[in-house]
Amino acid sequence: MTEVSPPESPPRSQWMDVWHQFKSHRGALFGAFVFLVIVLAVYIGPFIWPHDPQFLPQGRAFIDLRDTRPVYVALWDAGAKIDWSHPLGTDNLGRDTLARLLFGGQVSIAVGLTAMLLSLVLGTLVGVVAGYFRRLDGVLMRLTDLFLALPLLPLILVASLLFRDALSAVFGPEGGVFALIVALIGLTSWMQTARIVRGDVLALKEREFVLAARSIGTTNTRLITRHMLPNILSPILVSATLGIATAIITESALSFLGFGFPPDFPTWGRLLNDGVDRLVSYPERSIWPGIMISLTVLSVNYLGDGLRDALDPRIRGR
Amino acid sequence: MLTFAIRRLVLSVPTLLFISLVIFLLLQLAPNDPMAQMPLTVPPEVREKMREAMGHGQPIHIQYFKWVLQFFWIEPKVFIDWLTADSFLLGWLPDTSLYNGELRVISWQTRSPVMDIVVQRIPQTLWVVGTAYVLAIVIAVPIGIYSAYRQYSWFDQMGTFVSMVGFSIPPFFSGVLVIVIFSVQLGWFPSIYDTTHKVVDWESFLKQLNQMIMPVMVLTLQITAQLSRFMRASMLDNLNQDYVRTARAKGLGEPNVVLVHVLRNSMIPVVTVIALGVPSIFGGAIITEQVFKVNGIGQLLITSIEANDLPMVQTLTFVFAVLIVMFNLIADLLYGVLDPRIRYD
Amino acid sequence: MYAKSLLLGTAACLAFATAATAERGSDGEVRIIYWQAPSILNPYLSSGTKDLESASLALEPLARFDETGTMVPLLVDELPTVDNGGVNQELTQITWKLTPGILWSDGTPFTSADVKFTADYCMHPEGGCAQNPKFENVASIETPDDLTVVVNFDKPTPYPYSLFVGGESPILQQAQFKDCTGTRAPECTEANFNPIGTGPFVVTEFRPNDVITFEANPNYRDPDKPAFAKVLFKGGGDATAAGRAVLETGEFDYAWNLQLAPDVIAGMEAAGKGKAVAGFGPLMERIMLNHTNPDPALGPDERAVIRPHPFLQDPAVYKAMSLAIDRPLLVEIGYGQAGRVTCNWVPAPELYNSDTFDCSTQDIAGANKMLDDAGIVDTDGDGIREKDGVPLKVLYQSSTNAVRQDFQALIKQWWSEIGIEAELRNINASVFFGGDPGSPDTFQKFYADVEMYANTFNGTDPQAYLGNALCDEAPRPETQWQGQNVSRFCHEDYDALHQELTRTADINERARIAKELNDMVVERGGMIPLVHRGRISAHANSLGGVNLNVWDSEIWEIGNWYRIAE
Repeated sequence: MTEVSPPESPPRSQWMDVWHQFKSHRGALFGAFVFLVIVLAVYIGPFIWPHDPQFLPQGRAFIDLRDTRPVYVALWDAGAKIDWSHPLGTDNLGRDTLARLLFGGQVSIAVGLTAMLLSLVLGTLVGVVAGYFRRLDGVLMRLTDLFLALPLLPLILVASLLFRDALSAVFGPEGGVFALIVALIGLTSWMQTARIVRGDVLALKEREFVLAARSIGTTNTRLITRHMLPNILSPILVSATLGIATAIITESALSFLGFGFPPDFPTWGRLLNDGVDRLVSYPERSIWPGIMISLTVLSVNYLGDGLRDALDPRIRGR
Repeated sequence: MLTFAIRRLVLSVPTLLFISLVIFLLLQLAPNDPMAQMPLTVPPEVREKMREAMGHGQPIHIQYFKWVLQFFWIEPKVFIDWLTADSFLLGWLPDTSLYNGELRVISWQTRSPVMDIVVQRIPQTLWVVGTAYVLAIVIAVPIGIYSAYRQYSWFDQMGTFVSMVGFSIPPFFSGVLVIVIFSVQLGWFPSIYDTTHKVVDWESFLKQLNQMIMPVMVLTLQITAQLSRFMRASMLDNLNQDYVRTARAKGLGEPNVVLVHVLRNSMIPVVTVIALGVPSIFGGAIITEQVFKVNGIGQLLITSIEANDLPMVQTLTFVFAVLIVMFNLIADLLYGVLDPRIRYD
Repeated sequence: MYAKSLLLGTAACLAFATAATAERGSDGEVRIIYWQAPSILNPYLSSGTKDLESASLALEPLARFDETGTMVPLLVDELPTVDNGGVNQELTQITWKLTPGILWSDGTPFTSADVKFTADYCMHPEGGCAQNPKFENVASIETPDDLTVVVNFDKPTPYPYSLFVGGESPILQQAQFKDCTGTRAPECTEANFNPIGTGPFVVTEFRPNDVITFEANPNYRDPDKPAFAKVLFKGGGDATAAGRAVLETGEFDYAWNLQLAPDVIAGMEAAGKGKAVAGFGPLMERIMLNHTNPDPALGPDERAVIRPHPFLQDPAVYKAMSLAIDRPLLVEIGYGQAGRVTCNWVPAPELYNSDTFDCSTQDIAGANKMLDDAGIVDTDGDGIREKDGVPLKVLYQSSTNAVRQDFQALIKQWWSEIGIEAELRNINASVFFGGDPGSPDTFQKFYADVEMYANTFNGTDPQAYLGNALCDEAPRPETQWQGQNVSRFCHEDYDALHQELTRTADINERARIAKELNDMVVERGGMIPLVHRGRISAHANSLGGVNLNVWDSEIWEIGNWYRIAE
């Protein structure tokens, strides 16, 4: 592709260039759009959608309002119990599924993104340092081995024993649990990224352009940020996309085991998990949260693809 | 390379000892109780007595040294005895009798030697998790290569979609879903894995395949999704490198360029992921094994964690650690093979 | 006869499959699934239900309980009582007369020496025997001849049937276990995994925490039983999967303890492959009220030790909390046919079930009025009532379990309507029920205001269970936080009345005292009873002879099971 902008326009900065490339990536735009919609829905939706996700109907209303099906079920099953004020139906205690889905998304997206970022930063840092500085390689990789070997469940037990009360005191009960979960997921999932990054750095370090850069006296920091990181971006981005899914699912496993958020606090993973027992009679209770998790992960994946293409000078301009 | 390997092997001994100590302390610190699964009708005094009988109350350093002695000295003796007496491979050697009744690593839950149970569990784990892994590698690598080669083609888009959805759906959901479809509705496959089934002839092999299909399917989807993403990303990075242009300019055929030059250079992240995955074959797949009642190593680990069977958890995680250290070493050696420029000394 | 029985064992069973059903081993294989997998087959080394019940296929006690909770003789001809002279007038001695001619599954005769050995095995101070309390008051055991066992107690024992009765204290074979006493108990893997018994089946292979295979006992005393030649006893997974395997796919014949929501079970039953059966023991779900102050500001060693709780001991508060709960709805949501409303701590056996209280109707208005009348009102307008300036905010904890979490959500909502705010917490069951004194989350430590769980007792006598509300049973730092009185209920007249119970032998008088004790605990706010829980299991339509028993091993009659021809 040749430069098509008229010569009188000012020379574009590198970041403008990146943005230009990103814009022209249809998948990336689509991913960004879907992701934005999901984030807006879960954070603004609860203000518009009137139902309280924790509200239980009382008395007679309880029997009437529990276990209603989504309204679309009426299309093929005229006898289904539906209620137009609960378009996605209610659960076995009469709580509104849509409200729970929206509210649950707040926690899941927050946990997914934060834990993913934490593990990404840790993993990249350890990987780059271990691959680049040979002296630190042994120590850091043995540390990685150690973390890989640690059994997760006892680790969580110990962590919640030691830190739960302290964290609750600082962040409040729910904030404390959030911090604990994010930290735990982040701290137990960086190892794969670290090993992958290290492997790539080991190979890159011996490439001609790195040798060239070093020979002209480029500092280590600059060498890593300017020459190494852009070249190992793809595996990092893959780790990132997979990491979000893992974090959302791990959070549900933690809640399931009794280490997560309070029981009346919905998250996507937990909704999915709770719905599995009634998969045959009420498939929507698992399928909707499943779709939401998949959509989030897919949109982030396309975003990542676009970002990678945009940041790679060789692909850019193709 | 050889000196590097030897140095790393020697170094791995203190590393592993340290890891075992950390695991041990972690397990000791965890607020758990081997009596937690006993009914509430058992009075506290009896619980205390039972804990004492297990050796639960001893000082921590004594418990640790006992375990080290049992694991590194007594268990190998039992193993060597078995090798020379009953094993297929070395059974012709004169029988040794190194083991003479010392206390082995005993599980608190079953009061039997831990290693015997582990050995009993390995076959089903290897059958199911091992098959899934091999299958996943066989499927994922070509998908990754082709997706990268034809980036943004419909094949690539489909691959992305399926693998992302496959990865975001946890096995506790997909497992139950396939059971509902294939066992309950269609009645094709059993929902419960029969661990007592022995493969002796073609018919029993078919039955084994039949009961393996669903767990293998669920696991393969997960692993394939992950592997193919890394494969694709890494291929993409390399497809635009200068050496590819050079190779093409030299007039090499496209298959040669992609499958020899690019693939070899793209394998580093994939090798890493595979190497990290092999120990987890042994570790089993906790959730999938639970869903299909495969009762392999993963189920053993989770039930012993729930019952706080410390000797069992300690031994299992340690064996796991040994495998991790070993396969990471193998991965490091493979890096050198894949990219001769990587030097370790 | 033995030779014939042996022939009818595994190998020949197929040939006889079409013969009359009243022949041993003629019905092939029966497949049982327990979602908790058995880990050992020695009931004296583990008291997990899964281990006891799987062992009950091979090991048998002298007498056991039937499905109504009545004791029936098994390896003896009649039950020793005071009337027939089997128990002496002073209640210090019981004499068991073994049925002649009973053989162990290895063909050797079953004698009184085995019975005495079993007691010695469990009473060994270093053995860590799980059933030790059953042998507590035993002074000596004599065996005057091969078929007579005399147990002497060190004090009058109104209930002398605790040992050798029920699936928890079956008889072990002396020959097999004689080298396994005391500290050597754990080394006898072979014996612990393959115990020789007198029961209808013999273990052929035991894979810990996975699967057990049994075959018909060739020396079983009834030559025509068991009807099945083999048992496959699979463990692992979860209750949903177990229910599905029996009710929906028909892969298994019997599934144990389906702790599932009633609509889930109903959905599975609709497939028409089997049915769910329920039985009621004394198991009951309750909310325990903390009588001590659990305020974190008090520090770990005074928290939940210092009395009293700022508001939970006010009768208006706990009665209003109880009144606000819609128990029939809880039953419908959580347990269906496996639950009943109860207002009592001891809901079964029927003899001990008090009828003092009625709690089957929810009355939010009445509860509000009760609190208003007691002067506990919302003074600062935040919707939460205050008592003496302390807002009625409670921390409500429970173990992690889908039904419990549903209950927590419902009860939180109901309490919010009477101006009591609940913060919910669920804790992993292995931590919650584990007694680790280092953990702040155990149910004994009770660092919360209210907590919900279920408890029960074994057998039909509630004396020891009622002892769980005695003052000195309260967990506190001095006792390493062990003890069964988790609500720290403490009343002198209760302790005195319980003393009286331990001295009373007459069954009706015992029942009267037990009911009074039960009423005291409920009336004085020791707990809020919620649901009397049954056990629900499922069996295939083609499996006959199933008779669910909650007083003993629930598969106690497996020797009588048979295949219904379809």
